[in-house]
Amino acid sequence: MPKKKKQKQKEVELVIGKQNRMGQLFVAPPVILFLAFTLIPMIMAIGMSFTKYDVINPPSFVGLDNFRKMIHDEFFWIAMKNTCVYTLLYVPLGLLLSLGAALFLNANEKFVGLFRTLFYLPVLSSTVATATLWFWILNPQLGLLNGILKIFGIPPQAWLYDSKLAMISIVMMSLWAGFGGNMMIFLAGLKGISPVYYEAAKIEGATRWQMFTKITMPSITKTTFLVSTMLIIGTFQVFDQAYVLTKGGPGNATITLVYYIYNNGFKNLNMGYASSISLVLFVIILLMTALNTKINKADI
Amino acid sequence: MGIRKTKKVRSFFWYVGAIIISLITVYPFLWMIATSFKPEAEIYSNSLSLFSDKFSLVNYKKAFEVIPFGRYFLNSFYIAGMGVLTNVFLGALAGYSFAKLKFRGRKTVFKLLLSSMMIPGVITMIPQFLVLKNFPLVGGNDIFGQGGQGLINHYAAIILPGAVGAYAVFFMKQFFETLPDDLAEAARVDGCSEFRIFWNIYLPLILPAAITLGIMTFQSGWNSFMWPMIVLNSKDMMTVQVGLAAFQYQYNTQYGPLMAGTVLSTIPTLLLFIFAQKYYIQGIAFSGGKE
Repeated sequence: MPKKKKQKQKEVELVIGKQNRMGQLFVAPPVILFLAFTLIPMIMAIGMSFTKYDVINPPSFVGLDNFRKMIHDEFFWIAMKNTCVYTLLYVPLGLLLSLGAALFLNANEKFVGLFRTLFYLPVLSSTVATATLWFWILNPQLGLLNGILKIFGIPPQAWLYDSKLAMISIVMMSLWAGFGGNMMIFLAGLKGISPVYYEAAKIEGATRWQMFTKITMPSITKTTFLVSTMLIIGTFQVFDQAYVLTKGGPGNATITLVYYIYNNGFKNLNMGYASSISLVLFVIILLMTALNTKINKADI
Repeated sequence: MGIRKTKKVRSFFWYVGAIIISLITVYPFLWMIATSFKPEAEIYSNSLSLFSDKFSLVNYKKAFEVIPFGRYFLNSFYIAGMGVLTNVFLGALAGYSFAKLKFRGRKTVFKLLLSSMMIPGVITMIPQFLVLKNFPLVGGNDIFGQGGQGLINHYAAIILPGAVGAYAVFFMKQFFETLPDDLAEAARVDGCSEFRIFWNIYLPLILPAAITLGIMTFQSGWNSFMWPMIVLNSKDMMTVQVGLAAFQYQYNTQYGPLMAGTVLSTIPTLLLFIFAQKYYIQGIAFSGGKE
């Protein structure tokens, strides 16, 4: 009997040992890729920030030179300002539009599903395709937008060719292209709120605004937090739109931080300097995400 | 009676609003399609109309003549398709392992992977390029990764770094966790191998989730732009998005062919959406509920 028990235990150990080995084997691919393409690059990026590196010659250590250069680099600050303007316009407007559209679609009407699909349509096409389409929409002479404005008696605008309007144009395009995705996420959040709360509030005689602020908003704080975090992380890395629509112009009016990193790293092969800017950008994104966490926590 | 009337009025305004918003989202696409079928003269004389006097395919012909769209389509399909296969298979395998197998370091490794979702792509962009360029023993490189181009200008420069993201693992893990453990116990007693338990027993049960992940991966792969532009720079390696952007850069006044190219580049994701809408909704519901 003890012999049999021992044997059984051995068998169990064998099975567990096998599970241990196989489990580690199964998770190896993502772990190896994470090491090779995220963790090691991340450490490299930090190291490279303190070097001068042009790909052809070996990197040379320059201490804090890149960061000193950044402080006095006029174009870095222009890119910083543009990115902040884009973020300050896009994040609140994007939240408002997608939440608004979700509240609108959270109605008890026929064809809600059809309209949901139609609202979502712009999300399907790539940023490059959307930007190319908007390049045509924003054409000053022939474009759709000026054509529509004309109906309302508004004079045609130069949009992408006007340094004051170029960034606003990019924000408009991004809002059009992106609100549907976040709308769907909000919609999923709204569907999760039990109707019992609203019924109770109705009996108590609450107004629609009271229901919105006291029931709807508190119930979707997590969704709002998720969406706003994604928006912030995304907007600080905006590139495709600026690249296709304006090439950073006119007069650097739409050059963004990632665009500037791209130009430095891959156009001018200042890989060291580009790394130091991306490190700064990384810290900014971290801080903004932390701030966003704090703001949203305060609401709970 | 009065309540019903206000409800009807409210309904009416709801439909008016819904139609206006739909026009804002859909009309530009219709206008894009209209432009793509207009002969050049009409694009200038009658740019705003949705209907053309002369239906013309000349813009599509031109788009294919100026840039090798056929080749770009193949490139994009290959890259996006491979991304779907690797992400679904490796993501499911790892997700299953995290959800159902007991192994040492499980929690730590999972946390490590999850943390990578917080790291913005821009910080790793430049070193990633260097890792690929200095990849040993490929693209003319020696064992130390020197001398050649490495994986730059190779499909692997996109497929390899994106072969299985943390998101794919996380996504699949959530679904495997909903399945009971005893399916595996029974199979294990029968001497079934761990891989067969995964492949024959568990994977078929979460097939809809795997399809959803596949669709999401295809869409983001098909639509991605910056990274393919950085790592694929020879003409015949370009993807549809990179080719379209290059086309837009060179011929930015030829709106007809430009819109034809844009229409073509959007068709695959649009078709996918039309035929797989229910999987889309599932994917979106998941990303909304993942907190």
